[in-house]
Amino acid sequence: MTEQATLKPIKPFLKIPVGSEPYIEGLRCESCQAVFFETHLACPKCTTHDSLKPSKLSNTGKLHVYSIVHRSMPGIPVPYVSAIVDLDGGGTLKSNLINVDPDPKKIEFGMAVEIVFNVAAQKDKEGNEYLAYQFQPRS
Amino acid sequence: MSTSPTSSSPAANGPDVFVVGSDLIKFGRFPDQTPAKLGAAAAKLALEDAGIGIKDIQAVYSGNVMNAAAMVGQQILRELGQTGVPVSNTSNACATGATAMREAYTAIKAGMYDLVLVVGSEQLGKAGLMMAGGRGGISPEGVLGSGLMPAVFGEAGQEHAAKYGTTLEQFAKVSVKNHEHSMKNPKAMYQKETPLEMVLDSEMIAYPNTKLMCSVNVDGAAAVVLASPKKARELGMKRAVKVSASILTSDRYSERNLTMPDFNTCTRDAAKLAYETAGIGPEDLDLIELHDCFAVAEILHYENLGLCKEGDAGRMIDEKETYWGGKIPVNLSGGLLSKGHPTGATGVANIVEIVQHLRGEAGARQCEGAKVGLTHVLGIAFGSACAVHVLEKVNA
Repeated sequence: MTEQATLKPIKPFLKIPVGSEPYIEGLRCESCQAVFFETHLACPKCTTHDSLKPSKLSNTGKLHVYSIVHRSMPGIPVPYVSAIVDLDGGGTLKSNLINVDPDPKKIEFGMAVEIVFNVAAQKDKEGNEYLAYQFQPRS
Repeated sequence: MSTSPTSSSPAANGPDVFVVGSDLIKFGRFPDQTPAKLGAAAAKLALEDAGIGIKDIQAVYSGNVMNAAAMVGQQILRELGQTGVPVSNTSNACATGATAMREAYTAIKAGMYDLVLVVGSEQLGKAGLMMAGGRGGISPEGVLGSGLMPAVFGEAGQEHAAKYGTTLEQFAKVSVKNHEHSMKNPKAMYQKETPLEMVLDSEMIAYPNTKLMCSVNVDGAAAVVLASPKKARELGMKRAVKVSASILTSDRYSERNLTMPDFNTCTRDAAKLAYETAGIGPEDLDLIELHDCFAVAEILHYENLGLCKEGDAGRMIDEKETYWGGKIPVNLSGGLLSKGHPTGATGVANIVEIVQHLRGEAGARQCEGAKVGLTHVLGIAFGSACAVHVLEKVNA
């Protein structure tokens, strides 16, 4: 196994293709176009059976809302910005918003953001590293 | 299109349902007790309030979250008498107690029983931060944002701020009010004046929620006895309170709710059904106990329950309309913020509070002339549950 092969996605919907950029793969309902991140037997929105199909999602989006976490579980560095982002073209994701001051005066609702892929500091019990998706203001 | 649960209003069939006994223990921290012992203590008070014994009870509905698999209802009967009646143990996150209440209501409505007992109990201790659990791999907390409840509700509050410019001070005022209310509630965890500066200066947990804008994790229990019309007449209608709506909803699909729990839609659905079922509107309510698990949540629920126009909730708290003596008092008990939030007990404790006011037995915090009250609770885990009850004074 090469070192790169041990880099796991933090969530199954984060795809790490060999030789190209990572991306987020959602599931889009063929019937109503709603976007999800986990498989379901039927579409949670329109109830059509077997209608969710893999769909590569956009790397950009808009900040819907956020909270700034100052007290977390033991060992997790604070503060960090927890952000809800509506991806362009469909799908809503939550992750850390990085490369901003953790100050409500410095963060604008609706601001344009993009996904960046970073290796998480934490490793699992087997020593595997994980690739995470995070947001930053769009340059 | 997702189906709206409001498209099929529950039938108003079946006999009326009455609360004939209700009480709660003082909320606090009781490390030497068990959830069942706390629940049994509340049940005993409610039975005594109804003037009956455990042998009169035909079924027991027990709500508990942290010990959901432990048959807390059966353990409660070990404390009060093992009569062999059916016991249902319910768990539905923070809507657990209210869900048990609704199961009991449904059984009376169905004509199966004349007298049933509902008990909500919880032993949380100083549980600290609450979060929905993770599965394998590494913890996403602090990497993929936050799953901690103060942040989840912080984000929900920020939605209101983004739309209407609601300020941190307005959110904080909810906590000031509820702490002030509980100064007159001897069974609340806290009886402590908590001015705005104190709320704003307390530790920031997850913006905009400071520590004093988060509900208090406590131990507690509450119980009610429900009766059919026949049994209620037998026991005496003078102190009886009618349950004129008992509604439970879950989170139907909405745009972001798999990422960001949408507790607004399920609350609006439940409120609409409750008003329809009870044949009233929000303007007919005299008082409300609603789910202020975080100060921001209370602001959102003013609008979700139709107490004011969209975007007007900040003004409502600024003008003290939801204070004792105001236009529509909210959380006279002190709410989850100051009375405390023993998860499984909360939905039953809210009922007990309203019943006390409708009977005119709420002491120093009595809502004068109260005839109709509403309770609201909300549960969130990997889904949402909302329960709304409407209670009416009988000898009005």
